[in-house]
Amino acid sequence: MIELRVNNTTHRLDLDPETPLLWVLREDLGLLGTKYSCGIGECGACVVHVDGEAVRSCVTPVSEVTGKEITTIEGLDGPIAEALRDAWIEGDVPQCGYCQPGQLMTATELLANNPHPSDSDIDEAMTGVLCRCGTYQGIRQAIHRASGRSSK
Amino acid sequence: MTHARSEMERRQFLQVSCLAGVGLLVGCSLQAVAAPARGPQPTSGSNAQEIAPNAWIRIGRDDSVTVIVNHSEMGQGIHSGLAMIVAEELEADWEKIRTEHASMDPVYANPKFGVQATGGSTSVNTCWDTLRKAGASTRELLVAAAAATWRVHPRECSAVKGTVVHEPTKRSLRYGQLVDTAAGMPIPKDVRLKKPKDFNMIGKRMGRLDSRAKTLGTAVFGIDVKVDGMLTAAVVHPPTLGGRLKSLDSSKAKSMPGIRHVLSISSGVAVVADRFWQAQKTAAALRIEWDKGPLAGLSSEKISARWKQMAEESGEEIRDDGNVDAAFKNAAKVVEAVYELPYQAHACPEPMNCTAHVREDGCDVWVPTQNQGGVQEIAAALAGLDLDQVRVHTTFLGGGFGRRGDVDFVIEAVEISKEIKKPVKVVWTREQDVRNDHFRPAAYQLVRAAVDAEGALTAFDHSIVCPSYMDAMIDTLAPAVMPRWLPRPLKNVAASVAAPIVKRSRSGKAAAGGASDIPYAIDNFRVRFIKDDPGIPVGAWRSVANSRNAFVVESFVDELAVRSGKDPVQYRCDLLGKSPRHRKVLELAAKKAGWEKRLPGGIHRGVALHDFHHTAVAMVAEVSVDDNGSVRVHRVVCAVDCGTVINPKNVEAQIASGVAFGLTATLKGEITIKDGRAEQSNFDDFPLLTIAEMPVVQVHIVPSTAPPTGIGEVGVPPVAPAVANAVFAATGKRIRKIPITRKDLVG
Repeated sequence: MIELRVNNTTHRLDLDPETPLLWVLREDLGLLGTKYSCGIGECGACVVHVDGEAVRSCVTPVSEVTGKEITTIEGLDGPIAEALRDAWIEGDVPQCGYCQPGQLMTATELLANNPHPSDSDIDEAMTGVLCRCGTYQGIRQAIHRASGRSSK
Repeated sequence: MTHARSEMERRQFLQVSCLAGVGLLVGCSLQAVAAPARGPQPTSGSNAQEIAPNAWIRIGRDDSVTVIVNHSEMGQGIHSGLAMIVAEELEADWEKIRTEHASMDPVYANPKFGVQATGGSTSVNTCWDTLRKAGASTRELLVAAAAATWRVHPRECSAVKGTVVHEPTKRSLRYGQLVDTAAGMPIPKDVRLKKPKDFNMIGKRMGRLDSRAKTLGTAVFGIDVKVDGMLTAAVVHPPTLGGRLKSLDSSKAKSMPGIRHVLSISSGVAVVADRFWQAQKTAAALRIEWDKGPLAGLSSEKISARWKQMAEESGEEIRDDGNVDAAFKNAAKVVEAVYELPYQAHACPEPMNCTAHVREDGCDVWVPTQNQGGVQEIAAALAGLDLDQVRVHTTFLGGGFGRRGDVDFVIEAVEISKEIKKPVKVVWTREQDVRNDHFRPAAYQLVRAAVDAEGALTAFDHSIVCPSYMDAMIDTLAPAVMPRWLPRPLKNVAASVAAPIVKRSRSGKAAAGGASDIPYAIDNFRVRFIKDDPGIPVGAWRSVANSRNAFVVESFVDELAVRSGKDPVQYRCDLLGKSPRHRKVLELAAKKAGWEKRLPGGIHRGVALHDFHHTAVAMVAEVSVDDNGSVRVHRVVCAVDCGTVINPKNVEAQIASGVAFGLTATLKGEITIKDGRAEQSNFDDFPLLTIAEMPVVQVHIVPSTAPPTGIGEVGVPPVAPAVANAVFAATGKRIRKIPITRKDLVG
């Protein structure tokens, strides 16, 4: 039995402890916002927060995160997340949209650690989250816009 | 996601025709649907909550306006774009607009393909007239309903933002309040369309309807589909492309936890489990012997060597203007170059997947697809059902880029579901997605130019050696475009007769796209297609052949400009005497980039111009190359003429997207073949452009009231040559093979 705390709810699950957190979230808990894309931690579509830190859930065995606070895109809240969401929607950042939950989870962590990131701070923090549609300009602008609002 | 119920009589609009798109097609007269003979039908029963005046619009008592979209949303913003066209003519309140993907019905066929399908940057231009008329006739219907309610003349009433207003008395009724009256009233014919000067949405920077769901993570992609009783399947494909299953030992696998079935299917072996992870883990441990098949031993080097031998063959002449051979005989100078391009993967962020439920009396397929018609046809054929028994539910697509026009992953889901008699979702791993892609074909291209004593270009001779991406598409579409009433055996015979004919007439033109239709006026001009298919699966890849041919043409034109001592922009302008529209686009990009002024800091410029399906794009790339041979693209200034712009925000997004897609192929990844398989398999060895590598992209739009063309693909082709030409300006090294590597630039 594995105990998992996700979005402020505790779940008890009977599963293979090696199962990547991604698939537990998606298939056992029905939290489908976290996406599978590469399975080797290269693209960032699966980023969730574990104790506030951005983690690639596709390469994180579920046994490693028992007893920790896991947050997915569905449970993301607070002023930073709100500001980012508003900036994302206002700027029509998503195109196909598939990588965007991972982008937002990563951007939230960035602004939590660095409320006023420069372009190069953004590039450094976001560079491991791949977007095949090339929404990168929109992401940069939305992070700047959110940074201005969330820190007011 | 819900789906449009089509209960209207639309069959009458079906007509068999032979169109110029992919060849033998069954076309639909879409226009006719905008004004059906009968009045608007309630969507269900007499107390319906909505009315559907035509196949494209439903109006609800709650004032909601549902726009039925027949094009797949894969990021290009088409749901919002098509909704804007309807909303404009309907005078709808944008806040009340929602979209729904169309069900399967001939009325929703794309006239360019003959089936419901999204591709070729055709969505807006094929729907433009139809949706405007649908919107306008619904508007007039609602005006008539309001006028009848008030017992006034319709001319005294006008539609404004989701209401009808009686001008003299300022009374108003919302669209939702008019549903009952409008039901059963005749649909107005010959309605007036708005003049472009009266547009209050088209041309404005409107927001996308899907931004919220995609930001919250609630948008439903194919991989997110959940069906009661559904199982998940992993598929093991042969280690070589074209390989076959020899023997399978599944005894151990069947006893693993969560494993329900292990079965062989046409493409390999399927492991069906309760969960993805169980299926994958078991699949990886299966003991399978494979027959490596005919491609074993094949490599990119072998393909390239063979194509080099073939490049001087005459092949198929796609274009032959003037007298090319004579011009070369009389030339003062001949310039010749060889360009090579590799296979490229689509790398859609959402790996290929499909959910199918085959039953005795029907089949449901939930799939992120660009080819609903192809999906319905293949599912019906495999399940032994009639077309009408197959329902295709289109989800959001996590990227498409042409890959999702293929149906290989659909075949797998249908075969497995038919066998196990349960709903099943097939999900590929990234490795399977890359290795089993239907790649953008590689190509070997020989270009020669004849130049006279004054340095003027007198002849251009272009030979393209590559496989045809079009052939596989024709094979998929041929049975799907046959008349629906044709019994399947006859349909298959007809398709097998028609396909080779269509291939003969279309494949060469398609492979030469962006080479044979360049805007430059050259008196003696020849393009040859030398077809050779090594057997590696190929398909449509965003902008299809144009992504290759534009690199060759625009790089070579740049070579010629440099050799003639002319400025590359001026050299092109001089060749555009017959194409003022292209010249204007080129000059706009050059002007906005400040082409005349040199850039400081080791940054150099390159330019490229391209036309894709009547959209003209010019790009100026600003590039620096460091001592290690690292190429950095700082800014790309773009000018676009795509006719009437529906949403400038989306035009900008699509061009920026094309730049990112094109830059990945120019600077990052390639697919190389070794022993009959792709050597690359994931983002560690097929890297994508990152945010740190994304240049500033500026888009300048040429104002136009011409009908809209397309914008989803045209941003890709000019990127590689613009960057390669800038690299030449920076280093003096001519790039004739992409992706550009450090090795090309150092030493």
